[in-house]
Amino acid sequence: MLLPKDEAELGAIVREADGPLWIEGGGTRGPVAARDGVRLGTSGLTGITLYEPGALTLVARAGTPLAEVEAALAAENQRLPFEPMDHRALLGTDGVPTIGGVVAGNVSGPRRIQAGACRDSLIGVRFVDGRGDAIKNGGRVMKNVTGYDLVKLLAGSHGTLGVLTEVSFKVLPVTPEQAVVILPGLSVGQAIAAMAAALSSPFEVSGAAHRPGGDVMLRIEGFAASVSYRAGRLVKLLAGFGPAEILREGVAAMWRDIGNGAQFSGTGQDVWRISVKPADGTAVAARLEGADLLFDWGGGLIWAGVAPGQDARAALDGIAGHATLVRATPETHARLGTFHPEPAPLAAIAAGLRAQFDPRGILNPGRMA
Amino acid sequence: MDMPIPDAGILARKAGIVALLQSVLPADAMIHEDRQVKAYECDALTAYRCPPLCVVLPSTTEEVSAVMKLCQEQGVPVVPRGSGTSLAGGALPTADSVILGVARMNDVLETDYGNRFIRVQSGRTNLSVTGAVEDDGFFYAPDPSSQLACAIAGNIGMNSGGAHCLKYGVTTNNLLGVTMVLMDGTVVEIGGAHLDAPGLDLLGVICGSEGQLGVVTEATLRILPKPEGARPVLIGFDSNEVAGMCVSDIIKAGVLPVAIEFMDRPCIRATEAFAHAGYPDCEALLIVEVEGSEAEIDEQLSVITAIARRHDPVELRESKSEEESAKIWLGRKSAFGAMGQINDYMCLDGTIPVTELPYVLRRIGEMSKEYGLDVGNVFHAGDGNMHPLILFDANKPGDLEKCEAFGADILRLCVEVGGCLTGEHGVGIEKRDLMVDQYDPVDLEAQLRVKDVFDPRWLLNPAKVFPLASTERRRAA
Repeated sequence: MLLPKDEAELGAIVREADGPLWIEGGGTRGPVAARDGVRLGTSGLTGITLYEPGALTLVARAGTPLAEVEAALAAENQRLPFEPMDHRALLGTDGVPTIGGVVAGNVSGPRRIQAGACRDSLIGVRFVDGRGDAIKNGGRVMKNVTGYDLVKLLAGSHGTLGVLTEVSFKVLPVTPEQAVVILPGLSVGQAIAAMAAALSSPFEVSGAAHRPGGDVMLRIEGFAASVSYRAGRLVKLLAGFGPAEILREGVAAMWRDIGNGAQFSGTGQDVWRISVKPADGTAVAARLEGADLLFDWGGGLIWAGVAPGQDARAALDGIAGHATLVRATPETHARLGTFHPEPAPLAAIAAGLRAQFDPRGILNPGRMA
Repeated sequence: MDMPIPDAGILARKAGIVALLQSVLPADAMIHEDRQVKAYECDALTAYRCPPLCVVLPSTTEEVSAVMKLCQEQGVPVVPRGSGTSLAGGALPTADSVILGVARMNDVLETDYGNRFIRVQSGRTNLSVTGAVEDDGFFYAPDPSSQLACAIAGNIGMNSGGAHCLKYGVTTNNLLGVTMVLMDGTVVEIGGAHLDAPGLDLLGVICGSEGQLGVVTEATLRILPKPEGARPVLIGFDSNEVAGMCVSDIIKAGVLPVAIEFMDRPCIRATEAFAHAGYPDCEALLIVEVEGSEAEIDEQLSVITAIARRHDPVELRESKSEEESAKIWLGRKSAFGAMGQINDYMCLDGTIPVTELPYVLRRIGEMSKEYGLDVGNVFHAGDGNMHPLILFDANKPGDLEKCEAFGADILRLCVEVGGCLTGEHGVGIEKRDLMVDQYDPVDLEAQLRVKDVFDPRWLLNPAKVFPLASTERRRAA
């Protein structure tokens, strides 16, 4: 594996490459199947280059372990707002998640409904494109409309437009207290209705999840008195859905498990990630009868564990949204496609952008197919 | 500010182009007489004016598509326009361009509280989006100060912000989907009511592309439940440095105010003379607003006032009622008007790292003396988005040019300390030539290549955002 030590060396590697480069951060989202070409790692590009707690800004090189970034933030009582998941338990991988990998996958967890996705906290990038040129966009300030926003374009581009070398974030303070309002015994339809009611209230729910057959879980974060007040108001607001309980212990672990899709660890199922508008969750669930489900984002994100080889994407027929295959054999990935097929005009634009940023088609070719 | 020389061939073919466009539009959707097109000769950057070839005001996405397809075939540039409130010249026409105004497309198409979104036509004004949902307890968060007039189309074009983005983000963080017409007339749907789009984040690059990639005709926007209440505290300091430290300490303490506004002495004095808000005569003034229930507001304000007291403020006034809140906001909200009473002014929009605030304010003060032009500063301190207002006399020969040079120096200073040229207004023509101060040629080239994909013939708002020299070859092709 090639491990460039800086952006210049990376640029030279890309310029001189005569075949595909398979880009890896920590490799926690699964090994790339054996294919022609060269593996290119970012573990030589590490370190937090700037952290100003008073400006809520952190800049780090792409190969910096996520844990290092989170530890530096925690020392100042701050955090990445979007709660990135850890794929290792779900995918049975090892390795160390990197901050660049988080950005390349736009990896965003339960707090996405309140604080936005990774792409919403990302304020600057540096990357090496398929020509070997080092390009910067955005910067280290949170309000910036200078030129086109390539920052968002790079977030979630899975290394197909460029190799990220440095990423900048707007970060947020850690909230001192948290609690969860638990509603037991609801059907999927009732659960989605309860989550919608909670998210339509002014009580700032920062997580809304449901496991069919289990509880609805509504997270509240903030100062102590405020958390108690809002949790109490939510219980009253949702009285029509039955008796509720307020939980204060084990809250962090509960949401870590939800975000990481812990219930699917080692189940042997294929795992899909389906994005729809919350109200459509009931219909999708009905079509996926027999699947093991987890609703996050108020019902807008559905994790589905299905029989190996089953096409869960078919459940979206006639429903707006998309389904991504997260865990399956290479054969299933190849047969069903990892990413949702795009309408022709958008696929043409995406292909056009890839041709501009990577004219020789050497950066993770086909990775987003 | 130079603009490209208009294409003489297009000017000569005006009658034919107008007739072709009329053939795909209702009779009242075309304006082409010299006297009438003059109304569209500028936006809110009024120093620069040029009447367009003609103006079309379509009512449907299909009409927009037909117009653009025709313009592409005819090789005629199109300049999209929302409400024309751009301070950066984003909607400034050239003599050979068609202004495509979306003002007639202002319907609410769908309101969905269960899934918390609204779908509107893009000509709808920002404030009327909130107006459509506020009776049911919701609001649309981005609130640029032109929100009474500005259109969602322009908000998307410029990725507009507002006073409350520290908590709620800017347009791009609240935009879920668009219907957009490409220059060749193709209609594309990007995103939708669900939270994230598959594939590359095209929505992210369209938002803030200043009308150069496509014309957005419909938008799906995230709406949020209104907070129970909000109240500000006003804090005065004898030094910009200390005020800056106070902002940092508030942010570090874990409170997330919805707004932290900052005014400096020239601005405080002008505002006080104009609006009589009862502001103290001090060096720096902060207005910090928090949201929640009464008890939650009290809890947050007590944290903030405790921090402020450690910095020895000359004034600390916590609002206890709606009347007191209105009075605290009165001065801030009349700041631009107050400065305008004194003289013509130019409003800048650079962003800096919050920690550089004292240094940047000191440097602006020094430059103000060098240029002999007064400047007042009022800005969103929580996110470092500055709005220096440079006073000049438009009737005095050379004053505008001097003001522009001063403004350019301030923006270069913003870049030098790690910030950027524009935080929420956009580049337009105003900051076009300064792009080279922020970006290397290779960085700009990457952006130009994005436009190549969406608009290969460079007909859509072509003379904006990038220095003309850097786009000349593409525009001529």
